[in-house]
Amino acid sequence: MNKALEHYLLRLADTALTQSQRLAEWCGHGPFLEEDIALTNVALDLLGHAKLLYEQAAEISDRDVSADDLAFLRDVDAFKNPLLTELPRGDFAYTTLKQYFLDQFNVLLYAALKDSQYEPLAEIATKALKETRYHITRSRDWCLRLSLSTDEAKQKIQAALDDLYFYTPELFETDDDLNQLIAESIMPDLSVLKEHWQGQVDELLNECQLQVPKSGWVATGGLRGEHSEHLGYMLDDMQFLQRAYPGCEW
Amino acid sequence: MVIAESITENLVRQWLDAVKDPEIPVISIRDLGILYDVKVGGDEVVVFILPTYSGCPAMDTLRQDIVDVLKQHGLEQVRVQLKNSPPWTTDRISERGRQQLHDYGIAPPQDKKGQPIACPQCGSSHTICISQFGSTACKALYRCEDCLEPFDYFKCHV
Repeated sequence: MNKALEHYLLRLADTALTQSQRLAEWCGHGPFLEEDIALTNVALDLLGHAKLLYEQAAEISDRDVSADDLAFLRDVDAFKNPLLTELPRGDFAYTTLKQYFLDQFNVLLYAALKDSQYEPLAEIATKALKETRYHITRSRDWCLRLSLSTDEAKQKIQAALDDLYFYTPELFETDDDLNQLIAESIMPDLSVLKEHWQGQVDELLNECQLQVPKSGWVATGGLRGEHSEHLGYMLDDMQFLQRAYPGCEW
Repeated sequence: MVIAESITENLVRQWLDAVKDPEIPVISIRDLGILYDVKVGGDEVVVFILPTYSGCPAMDTLRQDIVDVLKQHGLEQVRVQLKNSPPWTTDRISERGRQQLHDYGIAPPQDKKGQPIACPQCGSSHTICISQFGSTACKALYRCEDCLEPFDYFKCHV
């Protein structure tokens, strides 16, 4: 079970870390001060979730690794986040809609993981859920605000939807390891989660009067370590200090 | 070195009153409710802490502050352990802690849902939320519509 569990903990941790890093890129670039602070506050919460998850993964790993090793010394093909979280931050509409998709996913996921049979994961989820509820209130409000305001704002968020929508199915992908954990009630059935997620998302997009794009392609690969070129550049930025000065501490 | 019998868990707790939250230096870790437990056994003291928000950057400073304070009392072997369960909630803040927050200019978390958030400067309940995200993870930004001062509100976290 440990191998499957480590794989899933890394999936969760890598997802939170890459989300956090993209949001942190807004520091000093937010559209106005309060929003700059909000974006980085959410980034900080997500970094906290990543830290808890990496610590847990390190603890159960057969290898002698720390949470920092897992975050800062693994290469692109070892990362398990979905492609959605590594996409460049784009403009504010793009960041906002992407964050909403992820917040909606996280709220449902952590609510379900609270009942995980694996106690340490249930504890992390209980903590993360409270913070995620603040995140979704904000990203939801902004989706409405942008969609129902000026033509330019509406155009930008529609463009973001056209770009991002087909990256979302990957959030619900599983593999043999994950299916084993689902069978053991360590993680929830992601196909059930997907139905709930889709219901909530459809409702909001409808309220926003946005057009869901039609397309035949769907992004995939993160769970197998197959990533877009964007992740390499992100790790380059994020891991530079640890690689240049191994073991460096704050 | 084995710890003397005179050093009880209660005594260590009292000493830890000197440790304040690094970001709100008027409230002690005991009044903030993040000091969960103290164990004195053999040659070491273990202090259990419930972190507030998972990304709280003050944790490392806090860890060091605890070690430093207990060292002043001659305790060399101190271990600070973070615990996620039970989760910390704002209900754990003591009455004294709420007063300390208020006196420092931070509106304490609501007792009941729907209760107005009073301005810590003038006491008016005619206030509005500017942003759910403030200067630290645990605070939201508010403004008083009467005295027009902005203020921090310690978010309710249950």
